[in-house]
Amino acid sequence: MSKRSAYKGALPRPTPETLPFWRGAKQHRLMLPWCEDCGEAHFYPRSLCPHCLSSRLDWREASGRGTVHTFVINHKAAPGFETIPYVIAVIDLDEGPRMLSNVVVEGGPTPDNVRIDMPVTVFFDDVSDEISLPRFRPAKGVS
Amino acid sequence: MTISRKAAIVGAAETDGIGKLPGLSRMALHAEAAKNALADAGLALADVDGVFSAVAGPNELSEYLGITPRFVDGTSVGGCSYMLFVRHAAMAIAAGYCDVALIVHGESGRSWIDMEAATGTPASPAGQFEAPFGTAGAPTTYSLPVLRHFHEFGTTKLQMSHVPAATREWALLNPRAIMHGAGSFTPEQVEHSPVVCYPFNKLDCCLVADGGGALVMVSAERARDLRKKAVYVLGAGEATAHRQIAMMRDFTTADASVLSGRQAFAEAGVAPSDIDHLMLYDAFSFTPMMFLEDLGFVGRGESGPFLADTRKDQDGRIVYRTGPGGDLPVNTNGGGLSYCHTGRYGMFALIESVIQLRGEAGARQVPGVEISLAHGPGRQFAAAATVILTNA
Repeated sequence: MSKRSAYKGALPRPTPETLPFWRGAKQHRLMLPWCEDCGEAHFYPRSLCPHCLSSRLDWREASGRGTVHTFVINHKAAPGFETIPYVIAVIDLDEGPRMLSNVVVEGGPTPDNVRIDMPVTVFFDDVSDEISLPRFRPAKGVS
Repeated sequence: MTISRKAAIVGAAETDGIGKLPGLSRMALHAEAAKNALADAGLALADVDGVFSAVAGPNELSEYLGITPRFVDGTSVGGCSYMLFVRHAAMAIAAGYCDVALIVHGESGRSWIDMEAATGTPASPAGQFEAPFGTAGAPTTYSLPVLRHFHEFGTTKLQMSHVPAATREWALLNPRAIMHGAGSFTPEQVEHSPVVCYPFNKLDCCLVADGGGALVMVSAERARDLRKKAVYVLGAGEATAHRQIAMMRDFTTADASVLSGRQAFAEAGVAPSDIDHLMLYDAFSFTPMMFLEDLGFVGRGESGPFLADTRKDQDGRIVYRTGPGGDLPVNTNGGGLSYCHTGRYGMFALIESVIQLRGEAGARQVPGVEISLAHGPGRQFAAAATVILTNA
């Protein structure tokens, strides 16, 4: 059985304003909406810029780099997260916005190998035919 | 226009039991709480012309009770909704939109009879950008600000562990507390209980129970003629800042708590040093630490050292600053951690404020309480409300 059909976790259902993000994720590209009027990027994707209410949004690929703003290590299995413990983290993207995701550490996470402000890079997990989830791992050279 | 001293709580009661109540549905819990609060106030169901409820919609509850209120509010922003209702009811009473307000909570949080999860659809913002990353209930989201606070202020897990230990001491004095007979534990034992979601261990987490509670409010004038000692609303505030935990602006301070507290203190014309008794919604050990700071009872980043500053009494028992015999009594019913937590705990915090202001708290009564403050969050530090009450 393939990994895709085995996935039992919560799947997002894209809406019109988020579709470019999820289409990008499917192609393993981390896309962010940028405001063409005030120049700010935002996340999660809205139908208008939450900084200035402009509807002129431009989707651009982000670097995929960021740092761990804060995190937890969950020890209770959740659907799709049968390998415990796992990290839930708030990532400060280099472009400015924050997003919730996971930090995947080889050998499993501990309070010592995941750290606040640790540099991370995105990777994509193909969890269904339609959805790839952006998750993060420690940036190369970080231990 | 201010609501200060315009309205009073004249009835406050809970369901007959709290804990595991497999014989009572979500609606039955509401009904029993409403009946008990009206009896406490000495008023009849027919007197009620304002209905405020969140787990049941006010229309659903009015139908179940067979009444036709002329003012309703179903604001549902999480566990603090009942604290917003006290403010909204005082506003409605002051404006003449209702005379007898009934605020009702009922929640089958443990037996889960006629309950639905408040997680939203997979297309909602949280369904798309939170749930797919393994958030699995409050322990996985309420915990996210903690390590950032530790990082910025040097707060430690051992300091945080003082909250559940102190709160348990209150529960031991409250015969209704679910953990009344469960004995003391030390902060060190909190750290050694099983890990749930680091940095939270089992004893950092609230109980999961069935129960309900209700309040009856009338104008300050009418309150003087009723059977119980009136508890006046001195000031109140509310705010909402976000919905998903990742959207929190600053993980070391809850904007909604700060804003709600500021409004409440200004309206009441009092400062933190004037508060005799505190109810700070404790879904987890860390939760009241954030509120001690955000409401100005301690400085930013100072809650950890404040809580760890214990002393020993003459028998060698630990006396916590927030526990029995401490200088800042907090969560005197035993809190969500050791009294009861149904999911939306705010009602239980308010009822304990009323009980303390009436002098009905028995062995856990704080001497000379004249002003009590109840504060709670809605969801994970997303919304918040503050209610300042007085008996004088």
